[in-house]
Amino acid sequence: MAALIVFALIVVATLLAPVYASRIAQTDPFRSNLSGTVVINGTEVPVIQPNPSGLGSTPIGATFGRHFFLGADTQGRDVAARILYGGRASLIVGVAAALLTCLIATLVGLVAGFTGGATDAVISRTLDIVWAFPVYLLAIALSTSLLVSGLKVGPVEVDPSSLLLPILIIALVFVPYVARPVRGESLSVRRREYVEAAIAQGAPRRRLLFKEVLPNVLPSVIVIFPLMIATCILTESALSFLSIGVQPPQASWGTIVNEGQTQLYTRPLVSIAPGLLIAITILVLNVFGDGVRDALDPRAKIRQRKRRVR
Amino acid sequence: MIGFALRRVVSMLMVLFALSVLVFLIFFATPGVDPARKMAGRNATPETLAAIRASFGLDRPLPIQYAKMMNRIVITRDIESYSNRGVRVIPEIMAAAPVTFSLVFGAAIIWIVASIAIGLLAASLRGTMWDPLLMAIALIGISIPVFWLGEVANLATQQRWHDTPLFSWVPPLGYTALSEDPVLWFKHLVIPWIVLSVLFVGFYARVLRSDLIESETEDYVRTARAKGLSERRVLVVHQLRASMITFVSLFGLDFAALVAGGALLVEVVFGLPGVGRLTYLSLSGLDLPVIMATVLYGAFFIVIASAVIDILYAWLDPRIRTS
Repeated sequence: MAALIVFALIVVATLLAPVYASRIAQTDPFRSNLSGTVVINGTEVPVIQPNPSGLGSTPIGATFGRHFFLGADTQGRDVAARILYGGRASLIVGVAAALLTCLIATLVGLVAGFTGGATDAVISRTLDIVWAFPVYLLAIALSTSLLVSGLKVGPVEVDPSSLLLPILIIALVFVPYVARPVRGESLSVRRREYVEAAIAQGAPRRRLLFKEVLPNVLPSVIVIFPLMIATCILTESALSFLSIGVQPPQASWGTIVNEGQTQLYTRPLVSIAPGLLIAITILVLNVFGDGVRDALDPRAKIRQRKRRVR
Repeated sequence: MIGFALRRVVSMLMVLFALSVLVFLIFFATPGVDPARKMAGRNATPETLAAIRASFGLDRPLPIQYAKMMNRIVITRDIESYSNRGVRVIPEIMAAAPVTFSLVFGAAIIWIVASIAIGLLAASLRGTMWDPLLMAIALIGISIPVFWLGEVANLATQQRWHDTPLFSWVPPLGYTALSEDPVLWFKHLVIPWIVLSVLFVGFYARVLRSDLIESETEDYVRTARAKGLSERRVLVVHQLRASMITFVSLFGLDFAALVAGGALLVEVVFGLPGVGRLTYLSLSGLDLPVIMATVLYGAFFIVIASAVIDILYAWLDPRIRTS
């Protein structure tokens, strides 16, 4: 329960990002601010200070005050505000991708397990092939191919900088991890007496699928869901860290960790703060997921291979 | 046995074929994706585009493009990088593979030893405060993003505490081959090994603990207790041995996935010139042949490794052959 509260706090904090940026920090975290100045303790100092040696320059450090709470990045942007916005992107991508994965996987797994025969064979083999891919390699392949030119399917055109692309990519990659247990479960549910009774009553297929089988498969999907959000956020941050996830002007926690790499030794907080937030978010989601699993399924039969992602 | 091995090899070949087609389609036939445009840049004239298409054979029908590509990757092995004309990709991958293997092998040793120790400890201390504490630590290990942990490790060992006796032995980021200088090789890899293994220590310790606790109710455990064996002997000899089945099959897949390129993030953070870093470096230049070859290398490695594991299992356990 405590885990859920922490997660809710993180969500609320990221939702308040625009308020923080405009009212408190009074900056635009997406515009570079190389020659800007800021008033600290009554004196006006430049955001990017030239080094005494004359070589290069150092962004302002953490003030823990109203402006530049966590300091500035190399572009002179307020890191604290960027992290709040970044959290929003990370959470949106993570939750949306997890939702999409579970939706697609439930449909696919349900149909494969319930129909059997050739349909099942085709779906299962396809899932096996996607599953044979290391998660990052498939995601990298999809990202490099999609992020440059965007996706065009018929009249629909998705801009490369849209959050939709990382969502689609991550959702697609994880479908087999959810679809396989769902398929197995609907295969076994199909042979139960109540389903046979419904068949004997002459119930149409759609009714069988959604009224008889789906409700019995759903608990295992619900158990996977919080863990899936955690996995998706982790994958998103890794892809963004490799600069093939969320694209500029948008930023996610992974992007900010990556940008902070160049300042790691001078201004370590730029990288450390967003990474810490990723870790905390994943941790509370894992704790919450464990709780859901213990509550819904004491036997914990679905030991999903969720952590193969590295 | 030979029949089983043959069937497994045939299915492996089919999966390899399907994988290569999938990779090819992702790079060359996704709607809206045009490799020639990537090479030419955003503001290329139609003539430039046509010239590039012709010179790379991109104007041919897809099946022919696929066949030519695979021929150059698998058979003649002379596919060249787009960005650095003249650099052959396959030898680059072969040169990078030992680095990745060194990294993964060392991490694997750490994660096997540490996770078995933690799993056993937690299971035997069940009911005390130590079990939940160990499991909480394991959960934290699972939740930390590996690239961030690597950066924090770099910050600590390369800068903040580099001048203290604790980390003064850590060499600058990079890699030295084992054959060149074994001591330096070891020093370069210790920190990456630990960082890479943290996630797996946490995950395997949790799996092992729950397996051990599940086997508590099994008949063979009761029999072992009835024989009058000590608790420690029951746990280590009987329960642990049975739990190793899950452990080993998980391990095979994870090890293969890491060698195949899953160690990419650790390689990037620590500047180790492995296969994953090769992929990463070709990402910014969109060097399609390199990305495609490394992705295929990874996928092939996993499929072949899992076929080998299956055949080994069937050899060890005759029951699997017929199922």
